[in-house]
Amino acid sequence: MTTVVRVDALRKSYGSRHAVRGVGFTVEQGEIFGILGPNGAGKTTTVEALAGLRHADGGTVSVLGIDPQRDPAAIKEVLGVQLQEARLPDRITVSEALRLYASFYPAPADTDELITGLGLAEHRDTRFAKLSGGLRQRLSIALALVGNPRVAILDELTTGLDPQARRAVWDVVERVRAGGVTIILVTHFMDEAERLCDRLVIIDKGKVVAEGAPAELIRGAEGERVFRMRLPVPFDQVRDRLQDLADVDTLTTVADEVEVRGGAHALPAVVLSLAEAAVVPDGIRTLSRSLEDVFVEVTGHSPEPVEVSA
Amino acid sequence: MTTLTASPRLRGFGTLTATQGRLFLRDTGSVVFAIAFPPLLVIGIGLALPGMRAPITDLPEPWAGMPAIHLFAPVALALAVATVALSTLPSQIVAERELGVLRRMATTPMRPQGVLVAQVLVNLCALVAACVLAIAAGALVFGTPAPVAPVAAALAFVLGAAATAGVGLLIAALAPKASAANGIGMLVYFPMLFFAGMWTPGPTMPDTVAAIARFTPLGAMSQALNAAWFEGGFPAAELVVMAAYIAVLYPLAARLFRWS
Repeated sequence: MTTVVRVDALRKSYGSRHAVRGVGFTVEQGEIFGILGPNGAGKTTTVEALAGLRHADGGTVSVLGIDPQRDPAAIKEVLGVQLQEARLPDRITVSEALRLYASFYPAPADTDELITGLGLAEHRDTRFAKLSGGLRQRLSIALALVGNPRVAILDELTTGLDPQARRAVWDVVERVRAGGVTIILVTHFMDEAERLCDRLVIIDKGKVVAEGAPAELIRGAEGERVFRMRLPVPFDQVRDRLQDLADVDTLTTVADEVEVRGGAHALPAVVLSLAEAAVVPDGIRTLSRSLEDVFVEVTGHSPEPVEVSA
Repeated sequence: MTTLTASPRLRGFGTLTATQGRLFLRDTGSVVFAIAFPPLLVIGIGLALPGMRAPITDLPEPWAGMPAIHLFAPVALALAVATVALSTLPSQIVAERELGVLRRMATTPMRPQGVLVAQVLVNLCALVAACVLAIAAGALVFGTPAPVAPVAAALAFVLGAAATAGVGLLIAALAPKASAANGIGMLVYFPMLFFAGMWTPGPTMPDTVAAIARFTPLGAMSQALNAAWFEGGFPAAELVVMAAYIAVLYPLAARLFRWS
């Protein structure tokens, strides 16, 4: 694997507010890499520094071997960026916008192919003001890709979209990656990150507070497993034998269920041990953590409800 | 490589200008205002203000016996230029910044100077069309003569409009919001019109005022137009003043330019 993006000890303050305080991560070629965090965590400042739009106070950034801080003009040739709070003139049509943006790049993509690929064919002559939120986002992705970038940054891609439009946009992102583009996805939607990202960082108060593949993060560092079961016999009857199992850490009763916490092999060990005692549980369910649980643990607060942009 | 690749600075500039031009033409209200305002202004001044068509007797040659409305022809063009350069142009740029249109473009290889010059070119084209109409209207309704030195007049007009647009670009770079751009624009609008001879057209401007005026972009344009229109001279000094404004203001505006 080739590392295409490397951020190290990035710092940026606005006056006395420290927006980014030593963020570091790497992105490998062909990945969908997520940057998660609450609002104001420093996500947008980080990607703006990556895109050569913002001058950092300290640290190093390298994208495809280019230092965007030193050479912002060079980075803009090879990076596709979709930013929040950006829009197009009301009267420009979809195909005009794509042709215009294509003209800025040395080796642009085929605009007709992009229009078809992103499902904009029926809307090629529609003016920006008349496009729905979902179509605007698709156009925005198309514009980020029109320069044939090897890395694309997509910031808050699905904010303000209805569930159906979100899923359509997710499909597009996966297709783009399949086409060989490395994607950096900035989001505060946990489900989006869980569904799309190969790896991600969670940023809070300007620092990376967690890093890894979504599944890894959800599993937790210790690989702890939690499950609950209903038993046909009183719990006391089996408590001792379960307590002695190497993989079981804690046993608690929750309502009419027994909650077991332990290592990766806790579940088979418990079932086997119960079978030896001729006890067959009435029911077993595993409790899976979600990325949201991880987020709450590392940032100390729930993901904000998303403001729907007008 | 045999392919013709434009330098990154120029790449896309043609398409950007053409697109801006098309978007301008789609805004019917603005087009009608931009094209109709200068000719209506000339006709309005001539018909509505008393004494505009009466010959002025106490002027030196070549102005002797000319009706006042003829003296106002360069002033009307200056007014059209000032309106576009100091109000329309900075408002357009600041509005694009406020909406996030420029923020979107900031991520591409397009440079600020390309964005600025494209906007100026589109407005300049509209101005040229409008002012040709205004001159034609003046000629038809009041018999205002065509410029004695048309090439010098055209040069004076284009350079003057571009130089004044430079002031507009600087306003756009400095103004945080559209309302501020309008405020600053109006603040320089009237002094610049004063120096352009709005209240003392042509030879009626006092010498001291005229001496200062020729160092302002619009005053230089107005005096250059007077010279090319009525006197038949080549206004070299004024043209140099206007070129100097362009040479200083455009790079400065590009440097101070903010995408968002």
